[in-house]
Amino acid sequence: MTDHPSSTGGGTRPGRFGSYGGRYVPEALVAALEQLDEARLKANIDPAFQGELERLHRTYTGRPSIITEVPKFAQHAGGARILLKREDLNHTGSHKLNNVLGQALLTKRMGKTRIIAETGAGQHGVASATAAALMGLECVVYMGTKDTQRQALNVARMRLLGAEVIPVSHGSATLKDAINEAMRDWVTNVETTHYVIGTVTGPHPFPEMVRDFQRIIGVEARAQVLDLVGRLPDVVCACVGGGSNAMGIFHRFIDDESVRLIGLEAGGEGVDTDKHAARFSTGLPGVLHGAFTYVLQDEDGQTLESHSVSAGLDYPSVGPEHSFLRDTGRAEYRPITDTQAMDAFALLCKTEGIIPAIESAHALAGALEIGREIGPEGVILVNLSGRGDKDVDTAARWFGVLEDGLHPDGLHPDGLEQQ
Amino acid sequence: MNGVGAVLAKTKSEGRAALVGYLPVGFPDVQGSIDAMVAMVQAGVDIVEVGVPYTDPLMDGPVIQHAADVALKGGTRLKDVFAAVRAVADAGAPALVMTYWNPVLRYGVDRFADDLAKAGGAGLITPDLIPDEGAEWIAAAERNDLDRVFLVAPSSTPERLRSTTLACRGFVYAASTMGVTGARTTVGDAAEVLVTRTRLMTDTPICVGLGVSTGAQAGQVAAFADGVIVGSALVRCLTDAASREDGLAAIRKLSAELAAGVRAGR
Repeated sequence: MTDHPSSTGGGTRPGRFGSYGGRYVPEALVAALEQLDEARLKANIDPAFQGELERLHRTYTGRPSIITEVPKFAQHAGGARILLKREDLNHTGSHKLNNVLGQALLTKRMGKTRIIAETGAGQHGVASATAAALMGLECVVYMGTKDTQRQALNVARMRLLGAEVIPVSHGSATLKDAINEAMRDWVTNVETTHYVIGTVTGPHPFPEMVRDFQRIIGVEARAQVLDLVGRLPDVVCACVGGGSNAMGIFHRFIDDESVRLIGLEAGGEGVDTDKHAARFSTGLPGVLHGAFTYVLQDEDGQTLESHSVSAGLDYPSVGPEHSFLRDTGRAEYRPITDTQAMDAFALLCKTEGIIPAIESAHALAGALEIGREIGPEGVILVNLSGRGDKDVDTAARWFGVLEDGLHPDGLHPDGLEQQ
Repeated sequence: MNGVGAVLAKTKSEGRAALVGYLPVGFPDVQGSIDAMVAMVQAGVDIVEVGVPYTDPLMDGPVIQHAADVALKGGTRLKDVFAAVRAVADAGAPALVMTYWNPVLRYGVDRFADDLAKAGGAGLITPDLIPDEGAEWIAAAERNDLDRVFLVAPSSTPERLRSTTLACRGFVYAASTMGVTGARTTVGDAAEVLVTRTRLMTDTPICVGLGVSTGAQAGQVAAFADGVIVGSALVRCLTDAASREDGLAAIRKLSAELAAGVRAGR
């Protein structure tokens, strides 16, 4: 590989990005983390593994994903050129499969037969259920009950694919609690089970490994933009929940100093309210789910509940490499409110005929804002990390596009009101 | 010297295992939890694990999760933990604080160690801090003469058993089974195998936790361990109680049963 990722991510010791990352886990999991680290480092340099993953990307996921220029959308961004990296066109509808296929292959290499996963929006759960079906693995997905309600269609999808979906009702009943429950399962069943973490957080080696499986996004996109525009983009935008799609598209650009990397967090109802997931606006470094990174927390170190219209960004912590990129200034992070995201969502639908995931709509809203700042000569690459089929119900309610009493998927007539 | 060493030396000289009891601060409320800890000591618990309620207790089963939820919703703060430590110490038992790492980190590792020592605490048990990440805490503990109890598990390699036990002071916490806290009907062979493997690496006392709920089980574990740790079963005494008095009575009764168990084990 010509541009093999660094194994330390710029940190001073393995598993650290500057001071962030590490391995804050029960001792019972350390042996499994060591086993995983060994397996993935071997796989990184094993042509047979890389060949199999490449074949799956090409024949199953549908890679490389295309880039699409969106000029009518861009008219609302001060005329800057906006290019979308179309991860929404991947099989299962998001970037999540890139990582899951890699981890599922590793699961088989480690001789394990069962995978577990957490999911917020359901995209990672669907990708995990899909890979499990493809590779003959047992699959259990943990999902907060608040999310099973707002993403009911994805619950059905996972069950159709043969996965067991376990709703988690304690705590805030969202992604963070689903991760807690998955960790409890893992510590109990670690001998047979691999925990497929869906984002660039968790204990080492997850942040590095998931990034490495996702960096294909940026590798492809960089070449595609050079090919189309003849130069590098000025800005790369991506939404940041845990941050896997953002690390995936950012990583190949880190050494391109002229390229600004901008992550868009969920600003919810505003960072001056207590309903948001803007970790870099009000969070502080701390430990959650095995990593030292920015966390929304109170003065006793208790995790605060996050909020976002998008389930996939509704998480009080963020991948440790983002914390490192933020502190070093290599990447910038901004909050996007629910309203800004939904406006960008609607705009892309109407101007370009593309329904984005509400998560990705945060990146689109960021592009609108940044485009106006950098002017018409600018080129912005946006990671369109997922498609919006799963969000039609939420969006239909938000915009009131259906007559009273009609519900788009018929699965949860009370929908958002149940939250 | 602070810490649990003296108590474990005494129980050893009596030819028995020590009884270590866990309760979280703030359940059912702060005063209720302190009363229960003191009752536990009066009824025969040798060492108290003072639990810090935390929003994301990923090593805990439903009983302790519920207790932590109640404690946090009731407004329990870290300062209440130091009050509980003081009360336990005054009752005559060493108090080891059992805490997930982020509350300590947020409070400040040095400041936490200082305040714990000032409150008369014996040290910390850290379920999600392995010694590999614990340099700052180990230094702060050294400075304050505090115990640091790290966990070993059935999945620990010989190398990790060696490095982890080397970092422990007070005792080594042997997690008897792979899994989270909660009462189990049987304590499997894994516990004894783990204790045997761990003894090859260290002279530090080894206490066994996860799953013990009855006097009979305590007796079985006491046959091969230096201490028996009971958590969820004690918490359940409070969960199931119809009144505060009933809860304290249940705590006293179970503590006495367990105390008899650790004496019958050898």
